[in-house]
Amino acid sequence: MIAEQYLPVLMLIGLALGLGGMFTLLAIMLGPKRPTDVKRMPFESGMPTEGSGFRRYHVRFYLVAMIFLIFDVEVIFLYPWAVQFRNLGLFGFGELMVFLAVLVLGLVYAWKKGALEWE
Amino acid sequence: MMEFLLIPWVQAVLKIVVFVLMFVMMLGTVLTLMERKWMSAVQDRIGPNRANLGNFRGHGLLHLAADGLKSIFKEDTIPEGADRLLFTIAPFFAFVSVIVIWAVIPFAGPIGDFKFQIADINTGLLFIFAITSLGVYGAVLGGWSSNSKYALLGAARATSQMLSYEVFLGLSLIGIFMVYGSLQVGTIVEQQNTYWFGDLIPKWGIFTQPVAFVIFFTAMLAETKRLPFDAPEGESEIIAGYFLEYSGMRYAAFMLAEYIAIVGLAALTTTLFLGGYHVPWLHADGFHFLGGHLPLSPWLVAVLQLGSFVTKVIFFCWLTIMIRWTVPRFRFDQIMDLGWKRMLPICLGNIVVTAIVLLIYDWSTAAG
Repeated sequence: MIAEQYLPVLMLIGLALGLGGMFTLLAIMLGPKRPTDVKRMPFESGMPTEGSGFRRYHVRFYLVAMIFLIFDVEVIFLYPWAVQFRNLGLFGFGELMVFLAVLVLGLVYAWKKGALEWE
Repeated sequence: MMEFLLIPWVQAVLKIVVFVLMFVMMLGTVLTLMERKWMSAVQDRIGPNRANLGNFRGHGLLHLAADGLKSIFKEDTIPEGADRLLFTIAPFFAFVSVIVIWAVIPFAGPIGDFKFQIADINTGLLFIFAITSLGVYGAVLGGWSSNSKYALLGAARATSQMLSYEVFLGLSLIGIFMVYGSLQVGTIVEQQNTYWFGDLIPKWGIFTQPVAFVIFFTAMLAETKRLPFDAPEGESEIIAGYFLEYSGMRYAAFMLAEYIAIVGLAALTTTLFLGGYHVPWLHADGFHFLGGHLPLSPWLVAVLQLGSFVTKVIFFCWLTIMIRWTVPRFRFDQIMDLGWKRMLPICLGNIVVTAIVLLIYDWSTAAG
């Protein structure tokens, strides 16, 4: 029963992969292939490429990923609560307040620590 | 003879062909031209009109075919030192993330047992957002594997922007889930056709959750990396961002996925906040307004609903294009500040306010 519901979703995923495959195959089969050394150089505004493109980047991006993990998991916890909210009444509201208080505390901490600062 | 049409998977295939291939893909393709045409209108130019077949130019319509054909026969290059496997699979992720949303979008109200929706799964939006987050992989793999500094920078920006705004996207929807009490898209849309004050004002998401609407739409713009949130692709600073090294048809794949994402953005906003396919005061058996009743046949109702859905979707597509040519690009630190320091507190506040209002509303309606 459940599996039947998800069958069309699987078909859509198949369609998307098929589209990706079609575009890639068209590119590989029909596009001309005349590579030269200059053409294969990674683009750097017309200057000769210097060093590898796989290089270090700023640690801030890592911080964003960490904050994202915390808050996105919180969002998932809130979903079932939100769906049932009107059946839970005042009790549910109290629970939300406690949960959000912890969440906001985390936000304030991250804010004060400068995790949200750029520059 | 027509009985095979009742088999569920045959229906699913037909719906996918009609809705996704014939409507979504077409609209996505046409948007590439519509955007350039509108841009030229804004900038007081004529825009693309040169592609022709003999004397037929069709106001630039032939550019759609010309662009497609051109990118097929362009050279497909992979830069030196790139990770060829990741470079190849990145466009697949881009497609999956934008196409799977369409499984849950209803195009019109049900007629009997037949639903104008590909799959009304009960986890609904939760499942859909889980799949659409895969779009981040398209950006990060494409950028990382290119062995190019601009692409890497674009990928890093795209990842942190998309991840951040996914949080606000999810948080803004919590208000909607609280009001309508479901994750299932079909139920949410049905609930939006109930009315306040007898049958005067429809309970559309934009009226029940106005703050959430603004946040959702903004976060969706950021998710699809449209201006003013296109720092990951900013062509004047990092050229094309994460798909800088892609060429020919692989580049076309990223572009098409991006325009389909705009149609998806429009459809999701319509479905969750503008009553989906509903025409105000139109129910399954015709119009009901201020006690009057105008009966209509179910098929006419379905046609009207389909028309209303398509109109709303096209309106939002137009709005994203108009925003692009009205608002300048944000700097990347401004994007992150707007998200974490403004939208996140507003989202949390919106949840609390919604909870209080709902408690009072339910209590007052229960009391009498």
